[in-house]
Amino acid sequence: MTGEHQPASERLSRALSGAMERMGPALERVRLAAPSAVRRFGPPAAVAGAVAATGAGVYAAARACGRRPEAAPDEGLDLHAAVTVRRPRDQVYRFWHRFERLPTFMTHVESVTTGDGVTHWTARGPAGRAVEWDAEIVEDLRDEVISWRSTGTALVPNSGTVRFCEAPGGRGTEVRVHLRYDPPGGRAGLAVARLLGEHPEQQVRDDLRRFKQVMEIGEVVRSEGTRAPRLLRRRPARPVR
Amino acid sequence: MKANCWMGRGNVEVREVPDPRILNGHDAVVRVTSTAICGSDLHLYDGFIPTMKKGDILGHEFMGEVVEVGPSVRNLHVGDRVVVPFPIACGRCAACGLGLYSVCENSNPNAGLAEKFLGHSPAGAFGHSHMLGGYPGGQAEYARVPFADVGPIKIEDGLADEQVLFLSDILPAGWMGAEMCDIKPGDVIAVWGAGPVGQFAVAGAYLMGAEQVVCIDRFAYRLRIAERAGATTLDYEEVDVRDALLDLTAGRGPDACIDAVGMEAHYANPALYAYDRTKQATRLETDRPYALREAVMTCRNGGIVAVIGLYAGFLDKFPMGAVMNRSLTLKAGQCHVQRYLKPLLTRIREGDIDPSFVITHRLPLDEAPRGYQLFRDKQDECNKVVLTP
Ligand SMILES: NC(=O)c1ccc[n+]([C@@H]2O[C@H](COP(=O)([O-])OP(=O)(O)OC[C@H]3O[C@@H](n4cnc5c(N)ncnc54)[C@H](O)[C@@H]3O)[C@@H](O)[C@H]2O)c1
Ligand SMILES: [Zn+2]
Ligand SMILES: [Zn+2]
Repeated sequence: MTGEHQPASERLSRALSGAMERMGPALERVRLAAPSAVRRFGPPAAVAGAVAATGAGVYAAARACGRRPEAAPDEGLDLHAAVTVRRPRDQVYRFWHRFERLPTFMTHVESVTTGDGVTHWTARGPAGRAVEWDAEIVEDLRDEVISWRSTGTALVPNSGTVRFCEAPGGRGTEVRVHLRYDPPGGRAGLAVARLLGEHPEQQVRDDLRRFKQVMEIGEVVRSEGTRAPRLLRRRPARPVR
Repeated sequence: MKANCWMGRGNVEVREVPDPRILNGHDAVVRVTSTAICGSDLHLYDGFIPTMKKGDILGHEFMGEVVEVGPSVRNLHVGDRVVVPFPIACGRCAACGLGLYSVCENSNPNAGLAEKFLGHSPAGAFGHSHMLGGYPGGQAEYARVPFADVGPIKIEDGLADEQVLFLSDILPAGWMGAEMCDIKPGDVIAVWGAGPVGQFAVAGAYLMGAEQVVCIDRFAYRLRIAERAGATTLDYEEVDVRDALLDLTAGRGPDACIDAVGMEAHYANPALYAYDRTKQATRLETDRPYALREAVMTCRNGGIVAVIGLYAGFLDKFPMGAVMNRSLTLKAGQCHVQRYLKPLLTRIREGDIDPSFVITHRLPLDEAPRGYQLFRDKQDECNKVVLTP
């Protein structure tokens, strides 16, 4: 701010502000990368060092919200996410049960077709390559749970369960998703990244948020400055032609 | 169309950008007739809000004429004149159901990003960084308004733009600050910051029955405007604020304190000011909380501290011991503008308040860069800038 009265501290802070401006993008990169890096690799010295060098206090506090790893990378990958939807349980269950509608909110899934209890999934990861697999429903309890599992030779063998339960006090329906990826020969992290991107758990949470939007308002909410699902490749908040 | 874009710290530019289009069924497109610069825009301008991107269109206080509506909007029609609230809210989630529109659960497409900074995501907002949605703002010729069936209020009578424009943000924000104070007969309310938000908090507190409202700042011209809204004023460079407030209340302290300053507070004590500016500049703390510290330390035992000034991240040296041991209540929030639109429009119409008293500068949109500079640097006695596209 100009127009203030402490020339010495003003000079000092101007210098520091300049430094901050130069550090800004780097800080943002470190901070955005930190939670997933920590999840995938444990807190390595490089990340810890970068964070310390760039303002440990604030960013450690921010990172405290990040999650711990769910599984070691080579033992398959478990992803969990949950959301509360302000809709009756039967409606929420029914929407999910029509697998063809999953692509409305699962951004990496292009299409799901069903027939004879078998579903055929086509997905496109951030790398752009289409991946296809078949899945069968292994459990289906009305208004409670749906489980599926890939069959045959899926590139990334996977299974999923979604559970629905009544939220307390009339708050709607609690939806909990559990996904598991078991690529042959391990390296789940890499295989899943090809499908879900660098931040798979974030991707699942964002999918569930979109599911909530579809259930509560009828469509996925869009902004000009967002290009789902790639959070990091944002464009300016201005209309596009 | 022309729009005022954030081009980096301390740099805004009016540029030619594509016209907005309908993207969601509940959208409308509004031709902006008036828009304003807010203290919150200054935090963006000064580079203290993370996740801004070069080229973002700024502005969250605007009104205008509906020129297009999406298929799911039934309450608005082309030609309607509307004021648009700055938080974007779906009207259908649990938060909206409770009237907590600024923490709508569905309106932030970048909720994941906001979660990393804030733990949970608040609502999306116009022209307010990517972590709050990446929505273009209203300092432009046109703006897309999501959830147009929920937010905008129609202005059907002859009220001028300047009388109703501030329903979009600062009038309800100041009002909500006063409302948080839960004002009882005899209450003395202290308001830090004689910017437009603080000035409206003063006006609101009186309308809610405060005995006396004290407003604190260092700019005489701003304090004079607060005086016109009824305030007793204190210049914090002339007096020790805590001493003065304790004297005014015979030792009790104000019954409630409103922080209408936020994260870029200035401090009369050079040593402390340098300490916090340095920590903020090196990102060891993101916000400079002098006004808030002083409010907490001055408030009477069992009183309320209402925070409507904007904070973005982390504070240092926060007197939590005072909050805990003296049974203080801390309340805060981005304004839930939607819930105040109707009652405050009624008050404007009935002449209880004419919000246009805060305006000092009227500029064409093209001169937005000058407007930002005048407003930030408090030049030319600048108190509030209205831009017309
Ligand atoms: N909660 C909300 O919904 C909401 C809405 C609008 C604005 N805001 C926030 O409210 C704050 C005020 O907005 P505004 O438009 O009035 O901004 P403004 O910049 O015009 O006013 C801020 C005032 O605070 C004064 N100030 C600075 N340090 C001070 C100190 N230590 N003690 C007393 N006064 C001090 C400044 O001199 C200035 O006059 C900003 O932080 C803004 O982001 C919040
Ligand atoms: Zn504002
Ligand atoms: Zn909502």
